[in-house]
Amino acid sequence: MHSPVDAQETPTIAAGTPGVTGPFPTFRARRRYWTLLSILSVLAVAIGFGLLAWNNPMPVDTEGFWRIAELRATNVIVIAVVAFCQAIATVSFQTVTNNRILTPSIMGFESLYVAVQTSAVYFLGISGIVALQGLPQFLLQIALMVGLSLLLYGWLLSGKYGNLQIMLLVGIIIGGGLGAVSTFMRRLLTPSEFDILTARLFGSISNADASYLPISLVLCLVAGTVLLSQGRRLNVIALGSDTATNLGISYRFEIMRVLFFVSILMAVSTSLVGPMTFFGFLVATLAYQFADTYDHRHIFPIAVLAGFVVLGGAYFVMKNLFYAQGVVSIIVELVGGTVFLIVILRKGRL
Amino acid sequence: MITLSNVGKSYGHDVTIGPVDLTIPEGGITALVGPNGAGKSTLLIMIGRLLGIDSGHIEVAGYDVAKTKSKDLAKIIAILRQENHFIARLTVRQLVGFSRFPYSQGRLTEADEVAINNSINFLNLEGLQDRYLDELSGGQRQRAYVAMVLAQDTEYVLLDEPLNNLDMKHSVQMMRHLKRAAQELGRTIIIVLHDINFAGHYADHICAVKEGQVTEFGTPAEILTDSVLTRIFDTPVQVIDGPNGALAVYY
Repeated sequence: MHSPVDAQETPTIAAGTPGVTGPFPTFRARRRYWTLLSILSVLAVAIGFGLLAWNNPMPVDTEGFWRIAELRATNVIVIAVVAFCQAIATVSFQTVTNNRILTPSIMGFESLYVAVQTSAVYFLGISGIVALQGLPQFLLQIALMVGLSLLLYGWLLSGKYGNLQIMLLVGIIIGGGLGAVSTFMRRLLTPSEFDILTARLFGSISNADASYLPISLVLCLVAGTVLLSQGRRLNVIALGSDTATNLGISYRFEIMRVLFFVSILMAVSTSLVGPMTFFGFLVATLAYQFADTYDHRHIFPIAVLAGFVVLGGAYFVMKNLFYAQGVVSIIVELVGGTVFLIVILRKGRL
Repeated sequence: MITLSNVGKSYGHDVTIGPVDLTIPEGGITALVGPNGAGKSTLLIMIGRLLGIDSGHIEVAGYDVAKTKSKDLAKIIAILRQENHFIARLTVRQLVGFSRFPYSQGRLTEADEVAINNSINFLNLEGLQDRYLDELSGGQRQRAYVAMVLAQDTEYVLLDEPLNNLDMKHSVQMMRHLKRAAQELGRTIIIVLHDINFAGHYADHICAVKEGQVTEFGTPAEILTDSVLTRIFDTPVQVIDGPNGALAVYY
């Protein structure tokens, strides 16, 4: 807690460059930001390289080394896509919904994915998993998720329901409902079907199919670029409906547009690797702590890099230490949760 | 000039505002007074286009509030609400800087920096400009918010109970700042006030709102009389001569 300062102030200009308004009030804050950004970049490169080179039997610089690295590159790209999608989507979502707790994952995205996967196995048996593979099915799943979220946002943010709190609440309830239906169907599966399904329901890099990557890359680049270019607007939207409207933002239109791109990013990420419930929250929170500024143009890069480091690091550890690369979300939640608690407890605020 | 013609808004079955016809002249401070729940704040936020109206028209400086682009209105009216809570942590200067968004879309120019500086100096916030809002006392924070709306450089400034939670000293300071803004910067300030004596002393016009209707509009001298105040507030009020003008006594 910061104690309120007494009214009588010594009229000194604080450190930093007086008379210039920017995302960082002091020189120290700016230096801290760029230092952290550099550290994260170095870590990201190291992890990226580590994933390609660790346990690579061939010496670096030989043709064989790169051939093996190429085989592993798919996973690195998947990690990058997921980190990018989740980081940008979560930060943007929290900005337009004016909260820092709820994430788009909780708002029905993941439970819809779980419901689709579960009902495929429930109705079609083990062949249901196979029936869900393929580019058309992948695109259909993305379209379904984007459609559902737009319906939800559009319905709840217009007319007399024009209320974010209600939208969040309904989103959570729909998510919970879909989750319950899925759980019920899972009870009725045979053990072998259940086993296969469970593997699909852990967020896992190995779930991703390389043939989905090109379209995923295009989608996430388009949606991500739009959101990145909206940084300055998002800064104003973060001030809330009244202040943003006062400053000339067409609030409802803007948040619908942002939520549309958020839903594309979330749908791509979820369809690619499955549920990552905690990941977006973790990355966004870490990014707010590290960047320590209101400016989205500075929060986004940190969030994406932190996402890559966390996810890539988790995958690296699971793959090379535990030989269980299938279940990254476990370590993301374990280690990530711990880091999150440490950061929050040390700083004392969100 | 702000003109409201036949403005109405209804909530549910029995709570309605209007129809209100009102003309607020250019310049000076106009205070909206009235009992709790009379619709003062609602009227203010409807003028500031934060709340849509069900019927009628509101014109500010000749622009229809419902039809003019929000972007253009942001250079004509600035409105500050009572509760301001931001999820991001902002310094005073960053907050004031946001007010330049209508002009530069977030890319601050030299002219913007000058406007920010002027506003910060106007409210004596120089020493606090790099402090975070959560490190300030209530009075200082309120001053920072007012600096923000003033830096927006609009002819009309609407403030919803800016004296809320301020002690005597800070209330008086705030009203003096606003009076100066009206006189020296030529702003038209419309303000919701609870204390009729503050309105009587600092405002140039007083507009009384009761049960969703504008019941009185006039100079402080016209409003601060026993019979008018008693009628507005539904409680016996006596106006006496104080050392600095008329004083309403109601306890």
